[in-house]
Amino acid sequence: MPGDTVLFYVFGAVMVAASLLVVAQRSPIYSVLLLIVSFMALAGLYVVLDAPFLAVIQIIIYAGAIMVVFLFVVMLLNAPYEAAPADVARHWVGHGPRRLGAALGVVLLVELAWALWRGGAAQEIQAIAAAQGSGAVSSVREIGGVLFSEYGFAFEVTSILIVIAMVGAVVLAKRQL
Amino acid sequence: MNPVIIVQLVLILFVFTALLMSAAVMVYAERKLAAAFQQRLGPYLVGPRGLLQPFADVLKLLFKEELRPKASDAVLFAIAPMISATAAFAAFAVVPFGGETTLFGLLPEPVKLQVADVNVAILVVFAIASMSVYGIVLAGWGSNSKYSLLGALRSASQMISYELSYGLALASVLVVAGSLSLTEIVDRQSGTWLGFLPRWFIFVQPIGFLVYMTAGIAETNRAPFDFPEAEQELVAGYHTEYSSMSFAMFFLAEYINMVTVAAVATDLFLGGWQGPFGSESIGWIWFLIKVAAILFFYIWARWTLPRYRYDQLMNFGWKILLPVAVLNLVATAAGVIYFAR
Amino acid sequence: MTPSLTHYLVLSAILFAIGTAGLFLRRNLITILLSIEIMLNAANLAFVAFGRAFGSVDGQVIVFFVITVAAAEAAVGLALVIALFRHRQSLDPDAYTTLQG
Repeated sequence: MPGDTVLFYVFGAVMVAASLLVVAQRSPIYSVLLLIVSFMALAGLYVVLDAPFLAVIQIIIYAGAIMVVFLFVVMLLNAPYEAAPADVARHWVGHGPRRLGAALGVVLLVELAWALWRGGAAQEIQAIAAAQGSGAVSSVREIGGVLFSEYGFAFEVTSILIVIAMVGAVVLAKRQL
Repeated sequence: MNPVIIVQLVLILFVFTALLMSAAVMVYAERKLAAAFQQRLGPYLVGPRGLLQPFADVLKLLFKEELRPKASDAVLFAIAPMISATAAFAAFAVVPFGGETTLFGLLPEPVKLQVADVNVAILVVFAIASMSVYGIVLAGWGSNSKYSLLGALRSASQMISYELSYGLALASVLVVAGSLSLTEIVDRQSGTWLGFLPRWFIFVQPIGFLVYMTAGIAETNRAPFDFPEAEQELVAGYHTEYSSMSFAMFFLAEYINMVTVAAVATDLFLGGWQGPFGSESIGWIWFLIKVAAILFFYIWARWTLPRYRYDQLMNFGWKILLPVAVLNLVATAAGVIYFAR
Repeated sequence: MTPSLTHYLVLSAILFAIGTAGLFLRRNLITILLSIEIMLNAANLAFVAFGRAFGSVDGQVIVFFVITVAAAEAAVGLALVIALFRHRQSLDPDAYTTLQG
């Protein structure tokens, strides 16, 4: 569908641009806001990928709750801007570990792109997909069914994980235990 | 152009204009009703019986000077009212306000009175409601002023706390109705018991309705939960530093959020556009009557009840409302399983 | 060209690489946490794309879990950042090198 193509490129471009800006610019509040924009674009991509429930969950949990916590912490700590580098070039391709890190990042990108683009793999996947048939719009009912039957144990363990995280966050951030 | 696209565009324009008009009506209704509750007259000078008062207000706000504090963060200060207003309008995009209608035979085929019939409509409303927190937080932070920041942080904490109970009340309705789509939920409320009692979910879920309305009032920062914008304590909370159209946008966003909460409550609990008589195509009249009843209740609550203090408010939200909402959900789920056998 | 599975995977790879770059290059604890979130979302995108390609709903269920775990991790991570900040008033990871041998 031509609409899908346009939407994919638009949302993809917004996501990449927003993520680049999150990483590149220096004010923490703007970083958080740009990441929210990136998440909205990702939710759009999920809708294009026939996963509307997941798109809404992404907005509710990620963009609506997790990012609010980030924003509160940034405001609470009055997070200072990173110290401006004396020499921009040296900052970005700086001392040893950072230079190595940047190089590894580039290597990672090239390797990922190569591994995913590799002709054979893509065609194998598409052959399997054609054999099994692409999914139609998955309903919430289907997701719920799979979630509570096949992944029931993971579901329960995740709830316990959330309780532990809640208790942990409160205890860690207290001034005095 | 494709007739479907034209109909869609007209529907979008219509909903947008109707929401703006409803904000104007709400301004007038609030002031007249407040006057009635306080045994005075309210606006009566501008136009017959004061009916043109809201338009006078809008004109005044349009002509005021737009101020921005020098130390404020320009970008955040500017986008905060936009986020609030956008979230308020966007939430109404998935709310159906009438059954299928052919506009008295003008249209070739019946059109649903809903901008977008998404099959996860309840969650979309919830998602956009959680986005409106950002408008408030950014307004408070961007204003770089102590009243704004305090008001914004309190308001944001209040909103995210009551979002939990709001979501659980929605979940209880979802369990009873078995679907996330608002159109389907309304359709499931058709028919009557014993010939006269309509099958509205408010009778099946009375506690759910109360939890939803309480959480809704807290979400829209209205009394008795309006501590963050209490004039006596915080000057004006997060919109202290705003003037002219930016203030108008916050004002507008608050009223439209109220209308959205009332509209969703009507769809979920009061049977939407279904009425005792009349065909489905004039269902929107019933919808308007029910929404107006809920909005009257909103205004009544504001001018009757004293305001909750902030810690009382948070206490209520977490220690009373949330357990009630959880128990309601558990009881509903148990009931549905039991009665389905 | 209509986006096929490969398009989504390449987009996911690009986002993952951006997140990794942010993780290595930024000297601000909060931005590092944000970069981790970018990486998690890139992985989520890959999951959903594969799920749609194979016609199974498992991809979405796994993403559901990843989002939940990311929420828990962000909460604890931020609590740690707050505790650290109270100690040294700095968000630069280079300020917390006392254990360096």
